[in-house]
Amino acid sequence: MADGMNSFVDRSPLPERLAEIRARHPSAEPDAIAEVVRAVLCTMKGDLSGTDTSLLTEVEELGRTIARAKAEIAALKVDDISAAHIPSATDELDAIVAHTAAATESILETCETLDQLGSELGSKAGAALQDATTKIYEACSFQDITGQRITKVVATLKTIDAKVAQIVAAFSGRLPEGGVTELPPDAALENGPQLPGQAMDQSDIDKLLASFD
Amino acid sequence: MPIDKSMNVLIVDDYKTMLRIIRNLLKQIDFNNVEEATDGVDALAKLRSNNFGLVISDWNMAPMTGLQLLQEVRADARLKATPFIMITAESKTENVVAAKAAGVSNYIVKPFNAETLRDKIEKVLGHG
Repeated sequence: MADGMNSFVDRSPLPERLAEIRARHPSAEPDAIAEVVRAVLCTMKGDLSGTDTSLLTEVEELGRTIARAKAEIAALKVDDISAAHIPSATDELDAIVAHTAAATESILETCETLDQLGSELGSKAGAALQDATTKIYEACSFQDITGQRITKVVATLKTIDAKVAQIVAAFSGRLPEGGVTELPPDAALENGPQLPGQAMDQSDIDKLLASFD
Repeated sequence: MPIDKSMNVLIVDDYKTMLRIIRNLLKQIDFNNVEEATDGVDALAKLRSNNFGLVISDWNMAPMTGLQLLQEVRADARLKATPFIMITAESKTENVVAAKAAGVSNYIVKPFNAETLRDKIEKVLGHG
């Protein structure tokens, strides 16, 4: 880059030089921009016009902004986000899913025992017992719903992780890691449970289905 | 015509808890021949190697989703008339529209209750 910059030396006026640099580098890495800023500042000679001064101020500010962003990213220790914070958060969430699944299995097992007792009783008490177990079965579907919600949160954390990695890579010259995940053709329709009031309930769905008949 | 409760029912969900819940709720309404699959691929293999009178499937599964399974079932000459109920947390209009377009027999949104399950099964098998 430094050698390339020699071709700009002593050419004027400044706006043309900057336009040429911009044409040569339509998109550039932060390090490259910083190098351009340094090269322009180091090779300025002679009297400066008002426009030159104004552009120089902008160029200087650009250089300072890049330096500040690099320092701030370094101070944030963003690597810790990928190395420790995100894995720790996703591990905790995975543990919640595992514990609720185990607890739900245990509840269901007990419920099945009660169901068996209810059918052996065969009386009014047996029917009442079965009504109660039906309610427990229904309630246990929370594990599926909460599991899907937690999976959505884990996906969000992973997206944040990937974005942070991209920012770090842009300012450090490192390429972000990560492969391409194959999605099913109906991926856009896989949104999981909606928040209350934001989607249809069973009666809305029944009405919609009936409207097709 | 009374519903033949001795028919084989295939339930499909990637959450084992949900499979167990549906199995127990089906047992309470006297459907005792219930087989389980944990995704669309597993379900399709079971459907092709056995006779089922009803499929109750989740949507959000990998590698084959419930919608893909439904499309495969409807495209299969032997399976295409099988009643298919989707039980899913997906509750957006576009999901119901897509499932209907693919030929779903009925659609239950999670969390659901035993009465809804019984009601939809009766409707689907009654009209089947």
